[in-house]
Amino acid sequence: MTQQLLPWLFLAFMATLPLWMTDLYVLHVLVSTGIFIIGAMSLNLLLGYTGQLSLGHIAFFGIGAYTSALLSLGFDLDLGGAEPFVVGPQPVWIAFTGGVLMAAAFGGLIGKLAFRVRGAYFVIVTISFAQVMRMVALNWVDLTEGPMALTGIPPLSVWLPGEGVIGLYDKLSNYLLVLGVAVVCYVVIRHLVDSRVGRAMVALRENEPLARSVGIDVTRYLVIATVIAAGMAGAAGGLYAHYVRIVDPDVFLFIYTVTMVIMVITGGKGTLAGPIVGGLLFGALPEVLREVARPEVQWIVYGIAMIVIVFFLPQGIVPAAGRLWERLRPRRPAPGGTALRAGKETSA
Amino acid sequence: MSAAPAPVPVSAPASAPAPVALDVREVAVHFSGLVAIASMSFRVPEGEIVSLIGPNGAGKTTAFNVITGFLKPTRGTVLCGGSDLTRLTPERIAALGVVRTFQRTSIFAGCTVLENVLTGLHRRGRTETLAALLRLPGVRAETQRLRATAAEILAFVGLAHRDGELAANLSYGEQRLLGIAIALAADPRLLLLDEPAAGLNPSETEAFMGVVRGIRDRGVTVLLVEHDMRMVMTISDRVVVLNHGRIIAEGRPEAVQSDPEVIRAYLGQGVRHAQG
Repeated sequence: MTQQLLPWLFLAFMATLPLWMTDLYVLHVLVSTGIFIIGAMSLNLLLGYTGQLSLGHIAFFGIGAYTSALLSLGFDLDLGGAEPFVVGPQPVWIAFTGGVLMAAAFGGLIGKLAFRVRGAYFVIVTISFAQVMRMVALNWVDLTEGPMALTGIPPLSVWLPGEGVIGLYDKLSNYLLVLGVAVVCYVVIRHLVDSRVGRAMVALRENEPLARSVGIDVTRYLVIATVIAAGMAGAAGGLYAHYVRIVDPDVFLFIYTVTMVIMVITGGKGTLAGPIVGGLLFGALPEVLREVARPEVQWIVYGIAMIVIVFFLPQGIVPAAGRLWERLRPRRPAPGGTALRAGKETSA
Repeated sequence: MSAAPAPVPVSAPASAPAPVALDVREVAVHFSGLVAIASMSFRVPEGEIVSLIGPNGAGKTTAFNVITGFLKPTRGTVLCGGSDLTRLTPERIAALGVVRTFQRTSIFAGCTVLENVLTGLHRRGRTETLAALLRLPGVRAETQRLRATAAEILAFVGLAHRDGELAANLSYGEQRLLGIAIALAADPRLLLLDEPAAGLNPSETEAFMGVVRGIRDRGVTVLLVEHDMRMVMTISDRVVVLNHGRIIAEGRPEAVQSDPEVIRAYLGQGVRHAQG
């Protein structure tokens, strides 16, 4: 019962947080952390549920950011013909949706590829994919402005009765927007993994030959997972582009993928709450440390925290907390085998 | 050794009217020059328990891999209900009702027992991605239906009381039973069991034989690879003996047991084992 309440309590806390937390800098940290958590949740769908390690996940984030930014700014493409292909500035939400779809399309491509190259080769291919994307963003100056970056990106907007369409410039509304998108992504993943489709994905992670032998078309479900995960990462990228309102090729940097992987692994891959817990921890940690330590010390502590968690809680914080909770809970003759299971895990 | 005059009786003429669940025709498998199966032909009549036996390395598991599409044969065809299985992927073959278990891990270890069987029920569900994302009304009803079926299957193999347990925490014998439950969930017409009783103690084996018989009595044809000769001879309606990649005998268990070729193949092994 407590476990079912927990997500709601957490959501209520996060939704009411701006009521007492008025420090704009804290809100800014929470917005950028929240955007990363959405990325980490989408990575978790691949890494945690289908068991495929994509180290190029930031590519989908960047594709979403660039597509959404370009569509909202408008662009023209010289395709070698007489007339350049011109796209005028689009409404922000259409641009945002375009970013999600573009990222999802690339996700489908990578998903199909994942079945030709597996394991370490897939990891290499995905890293290269993100690198290629960065090179394209750097060098296709006509389209992306290269290192000069895309600037003046309009913020996302809402329509309010009486007020009309208003741009979301301030921290508070962006905070609520990111929270809203994160909730949608959470619900989507939750519905998905607790379904026939999600079980097919987990079957691929757990035992691929067995999954195939009971008639699961693993290729199909891996592609579905990558499309959804890439779309979500694209949404996170779109949020990012319209929040900071500038996008440069560094959104494709490898370190961002690593950050998302750290969030997923420390929080607990293959759990719904894992990326959120890991994301909040490693999103907040640098900021907390900034107050008390010199920069070099900050990064050392960051690294040590990560190593300690992975070393002592290899499955992540969320599964470990679950076990602790089972152990501390008063043992009553519970229905089913919960007491027995807790006992087993204690001895393990 | 196989130059002996005893020809390979592919199918007794008397059994002509019995419908055939599986027809393996002159299948050969070569691994870069190494002959795993020279030429193998046999039929599995519908509704029977047929055992494929032979010394280690005789090609039994290779045969399973060919039948279920995990390995493409160098030559030959495998027919099932008019379809040529050799051209199909494992998941398409499963869709035709040919389902197997695996020798080592035939479970999804990180999932609960119930989830294992629900995963096996994949083909009996219809929910697709969009419906799952939006939790459309039909999804819940289907989940209820599949859970009921899963509970039935678990009760059948005797694991109903363990449904919430993590599969990795089950005893070895229970894991073997769970492997069968997953395969049964996939709704097989022909079930291939790869050494399902390996490592079971005698009482577990006894219970296991009851389950396999129960499966046959439900109308499922069973093809079994097993080393436990007592089990094979008790349970089988028909036995196919493989040695060095070719079939050396085929028939009723009693007949096969007294076949001089079979005795030689097995005793030869036994003597070598004893000396080693």
